[in-house]
Amino acid sequence: MKLVRLRDAARPRIGLTLDGQAIEAQQGDTLLTALLAAEAGHLRDSEFGDGHRAGFCLMGACQDCWVAVEGMGRVRACATLAAQGMEVRRG
Amino acid sequence: MRVAVVGAGPAGVRAVERLVAAGVSPVWIDEAPDGGGRIYQRPPPGLMRDARLLYGFEAKRATAVHDALDALKPKVDWRPETLVWHIRPEARTLHTLSRGRQADVAYDAAILCTGAMDRVIPVPGWARPGVTTLGAAQIALKTQGCGIGRRVAFLGTGPLLWLVAYQYAKAGADVVAVLDTTPFATKLRAAPGLLLGGMTFAKGLYYTAWLRRRGIRIAEGATPIAIDGGDENGVTGIAWRDAAGREQHIACDAVGMGWGLKPEAQLADLARVPFSHDPLQANWVPVRDGAGRTPVAGIYLAGDGAGIGGAEVAEIAGARAALALLQDAGERIDPIETVTLDRRLASQARFRAALERAFPFPAHLARDLADDTLLCRCEGLRVGELRAAARAEAATGPAPEVNRAKAFTRIGMGRCQGRVCGAAAAEVLAAELDCDVAAIGRLRGQPPVKPIPIPAPVDTP
Repeated sequence: MKLVRLRDAARPRIGLTLDGQAIEAQQGDTLLTALLAAEAGHLRDSEFGDGHRAGFCLMGACQDCWVAVEGMGRVRACATLAAQGMEVRRG
Repeated sequence: MRVAVVGAGPAGVRAVERLVAAGVSPVWIDEAPDGGGRIYQRPPPGLMRDARLLYGFEAKRATAVHDALDALKPKVDWRPETLVWHIRPEARTLHTLSRGRQADVAYDAAILCTGAMDRVIPVPGWARPGVTTLGAAQIALKTQGCGIGRRVAFLGTGPLLWLVAYQYAKAGADVVAVLDTTPFATKLRAAPGLLLGGMTFAKGLYYTAWLRRRGIRIAEGATPIAIDGGDENGVTGIAWRDAAGREQHIACDAVGMGWGLKPEAQLADLARVPFSHDPLQANWVPVRDGAGRTPVAGIYLAGDGAGIGGAEVAEIAGARAALALLQDAGERIDPIETVTLDRRLASQARFRAALERAFPFPAHLARDLADDTLLCRCEGLRVGELRAAARAEAATGPAPEVNRAKAFTRIGMGRCQGRVCGAAAAEVLAAELDCDVAAIGRLRGQPPVKPIPIPAPVDTP
């Protein structure tokens, strides 16, 4: 899944990592936006072998966008703002 | 009097406004950092907040709600980024979690304005990255300036389908198709009633006409077949059967889908408010009177969490519930104000009924799903597994209602508690048991209403 930045896309850049890989994002991005507007493609894998997942409701209800952030633990990527230096692992 | 208001969308804002005007300063709790609810959600700091661009025709209404919200914050105990994960009506206590800290909030009366979420029906391939709800597609655009893909198809029914497609096209996304599962004739039959909606109806017509003028592919009476793709590429296309029964396909890299809304009523459930099945809305709704009073002492409901009515209704219902609360507490309230609000609610209800008839929930799409379609995203459960549990010869004995089916199959037992699969699962089960969907019951809410970390430290007041 690739989010496409349609407007307001010239905000200050921030850097984070996903599973050790550098990700460039913008200030004000949620983690979900930061990762999926970059090249992450997906956020987690179904525990039941149903393939990749990348969130579904974007309003904190479906719990299908969980990722792990160093120092924060498990978070919903749709409801967590990305910040400079965050170390993210797929959930 | 200790009053708590849960939710800072249009209903919560108008409820708190009315309480503050009466000299009551509530604890006001919202899960989001900045209130506004989902419909009037504001982008995070750093993004532009041009109301006209973000909310379109609703800009004035959105701005008014935001202004009221911001003016009220300093006058109440405002607790943003706070989840109410449990409510115990016998102790009149809310249990909250905010940034890893738990707290208890004691109340004498509480107004729950917990909102709604998209109602979805599974389609083969719907768990794939690139498929979101219609609400999600709108939130991505509104609060992040992003589209869910480069070439987007929208599937489902209801006013949100057309609105989101319009908003995407207007923002410069390539909207490749709008697939409405409701046949044109159904909408036409409801048209006289829709005229009651005045401007709301006119806006709906405008979006549809605008999309048609752009030459965007539109199908009415469509039946989804599958969302194509794979783990490597995500979504690559969508296939459907048109109204004439012909198979159609279009390439796309994202699909937004939804069939109306369902109340987020878990807290009302935990507060032991009884529910009834509303056949027109095709939702289970908490029982309340026209003013938002429930049979549970001290519990009031307003907004979409009390039954889907939309943002305009939510504002009226929020004010009305606050007045009911004040009246029950022995405060003097203006009888003319309550009569006016009641009249507005009654007139809105007539339009809402017409809207439900124009875009009815297509239960058959859930009932006809193939056995191997993924039904419960959380637990990886397929349609056939639920069907098997309903059969008399099942090893566990047949599941005559949905909570028994949950125990047998884990349907709705996962991290979302059946929020996503519940509506479709109920239809699948009812079809297999050959009974009305109301007869198989509803998935009961469980605390915590959303997953919370177990070792969270407790704050003592």
